Amino acid sequence: MIRLTDLTKKYGKFTAVDGISLEVPRGELFGLLGPNGAGKTTTMRMIAGILQPTSGSIQVAGVDMLSRPLEAKSRLGFIPDRPFVYDKLTGGEFLRFAAALYSQDGPTVERRIDELLEVFDLAAWKDELTESYSHGMRQKLIICGALVHRPELIIVDEPMVGLDPKSARLLKDLFRQFVGRGGTVLMSTHTLEVAEVMCDRIAIVFRGKIAAQGTMAELRQQTESADMSLENLFLKLTGGHRAHRLDTVLER
Amino acid sequence: MSAERTEPGVWTLLTPKWRGALARLRQERSGSWAKLLLFVIAGGLFWTAIFGIAFRVLSYIQKVADIGDLLAGKVLGIILLTLHSILLLSNVITALSTYFLAKDLDLLVAAPVGWLRLYLAKLGETIVHSSWMVALLALPIFTAYGIVYSGGPLFPLVAIAAFLPFLVLPAAIGAIFTVLLVNVFPARRTRELLGLVGLGALGAAVIVLRFMRPEQLARPEGFRSFVDYLAELRTPTSPLLPSEWTAEMIMNWLLRIADPWPVVMLWGTALAALTAGALVHRRLYHSGFSKAQEGAERKVRRVLRGPLGAALQSMPAAKREFIFKDLRLFFRDNTQWSQLILLAVLLLIYIFNIKSLPIHSGERIPFSLVIVISFLNLGLAGFVLAAVAARFIFPAISLEGRQMWLLRSSPLEPSAMLWSKYWTGTVPLLLLALAITVLTNWLLQAGVFMMAVSVCTVLLYTLAASAMALTFGVFYPQFGSENAAQIPTSFGGVVYMMASLSLLALVIMLEAPPVAMQLRAYQRGQDLDLTPQMLITGAAVVALLCGATILPLRLAVQRIERMEITSGGVE
Repeated sequence: MIRLTDLTKKYGKFTAVDGISLEVPRGELFGLLGPNGAGKTTTMRMIAGILQPTSGSIQVAGVDMLSRPLEAKSRLGFIPDRPFVYDKLTGGEFLRFAAALYSQDGPTVERRIDELLEVFDLAAWKDELTESYSHGMRQKLIICGALVHRPELIIVDEPMVGLDPKSARLLKDLFRQFVGRGGTVLMSTHTLEVAEVMCDRIAIVFRGKIAAQGTMAELRQQTESADMSLENLFLKLTGGHRAHRLDTVLER
Repeated sequence: MSAERTEPGVWTLLTPKWRGALARLRQERSGSWAKLLLFVIAGGLFWTAIFGIAFRVLSYIQKVADIGDLLAGKVLGIILLTLHSILLLSNVITALSTYFLAKDLDLLVAAPVGWLRLYLAKLGETIVHSSWMVALLALPIFTAYGIVYSGGPLFPLVAIAAFLPFLVLPAAIGAIFTVLLVNVFPARRTRELLGLVGLGALGAAVIVLRFMRPEQLARPEGFRSFVDYLAELRTPTSPLLPSEWTAEMIMNWLLRIADPWPVVMLWGTALAALTAGALVHRRLYHSGFSKAQEGAERKVRRVLRGPLGAALQSMPAAKREFIFKDLRLFFRDNTQWSQLILLAVLLLIYIFNIKSLPIHSGERIPFSLVIVISFLNLGLAGFVLAAVAARFIFPAISLEGRQMWLLRSSPLEPSAMLWSKYWTGTVPLLLLALAITVLTNWLLQAGVFMMAVSVCTVLLYTLAASAMALTFGVFYPQFGSENAAQIPTSFGGVVYMMASLSLLALVIMLEAPPVAMQLRAYQRGQDLDLTPQMLITGAAVVALLCGATILPLRLAVQRIERMEITSGGVE
């Protein structure tokens, strides 16, 4: 479903993504992990067609993102890490607009909007301006926006931030069922427990490169870390296991 | 435990602002020297033009026997009164943003920062945001006064000493007015707030017009006697206005008159306003700020879909909904639609001025003057349209900023977004252009030929000015702006205004000679003919304006397709 070949992104002299190659087949929930600034968000934004790579290629469902961007984009739904929406639109209007961007309108879309808002407990807020929504409500609204046109692939950056436990659980179930029905999810997260439980396969990104990738068992095998938790594996691969001198930091 | 806590100073509170400004400047410099060069050249030309006009007018006035100095003081008073009205309005709008809506307020209010320092830091920010353009405009005018009247090496210091309280006073008043209003009105109901500001602007404009009566100064023969005229000149525009004290302070220095009264009044009033502002801030700011956080507006104003919906039914869903979305956002954003009130004031004054021209007084006017006035009208109409495009079309792309992730990750073509923005802004502007031109030419009794030339020129110019506004908005976006009203006064907005006005000047310069020749021939009783010179000029103007429409739009499409969107915004 997604094929990245030698994907690179440079900002001036700084290389944010350094030759990443990756394949995510249809019907898989794939997790991207990595410390802050590792290049996860840049990678996801390139796959979503928002950023242009410096070099390399991106294929979504066999369609090249660089040469046929509109066709590729019509297959995916993107959920960004920060829920910026138009303050002066109501929730319903925002979803109608999001559907229209994918050339969908009419009674089917209206029904779909009502279903999504109902599922995410936003039905009562449908006609309220989004400026009165809380952070979590906005996050739920953009998730609805990514689903409204029935995408084949969801790209989601830090999905759980700002969500209450009920919504977080709902989202986990939704992604698993989406994958079970043949959809594909590419997710970046810092919540290692979520990644460990939800993802079929995981890639750990460090300094713009993939440090390791595979199922949990494959990751343990690659790093020769039998029975190690994902947290310890992650820290081992990203150099974060060094002991911190917390006493110095906490001294009053 | 830690040492005794010291409160951050005003300068520290302003650090993110000035460091941010420096960083933006560095980015501009490292990004493209061409941009900076364009700004320096356009700014230099603009500044020189203002200085040149001020210098010539003052040199002429100074030579008028007996009343030259009085007239110069009067003109300065009128200029400063106009600037003061602009400052009052812009300070109220800016103070609302800096004191209540700015994104750094959560951080500052939550920090252990005293009320006085917060008040002063935000006042400084308000002054800079609302006054920098007025200060840039005043600089060449004061320089002209200093040179014509030989103000000496100390004159710049005197001018600064006179201009500083002139800037502080409206900012302090604006801060007081805003704090009071936010306390009176329920949370974030800025609609009513800005409605009031708009009405205030309307009132201020009428008052300014009443005070000025500039046509009387230009026509001494309108007075019953020379003594009346002299009396009018000697009477201050209004003895209780700070603009008059500022003008007096400057003129007293230039004419070597020792009179401490204006200095005492100006500085005394500014300090009093500053103190009053501090007291009001201390008592009411926190309650106002708290009210401003109590949830945003939830009531929805429905934008009529009926007739427009039917008209756009055949369009693809994406384009149609994009237009509806833009209209909804415009009419629901108070900082945007409230500018329509200002536009109405501007047009009212413009049409009032045209109507007040001596053309209708029954006096015999030379035919050359009618031509000059007709072209002046064309220029003014063009200026109004360029200013409206700067207000409404230039910010269009900037306002998409944080939501660009949605547009760019969807299969919507970037050019479709651009075209939607272009036509949503241009169609109302075309209607406005047509209304202004037909009405003013009718008031001027300009004749069918001049009407046709004006209408064709203005319509084509509107297409070009809109295209340039949109393109400059794409090249100089302000994605982080908290107030749509501030976007046009950014670097890119100023460069756009200079570029669009230069285009207008070029068009008028091309058109004026052949059109004037034709009109003179017509006045001599000859028929209006399409001479080769007319045809060539017409073709040149059409080519120039079409080029100024198509080329910028092409550049904008290319630019927007290459635009990089990071998680924090767009690069």
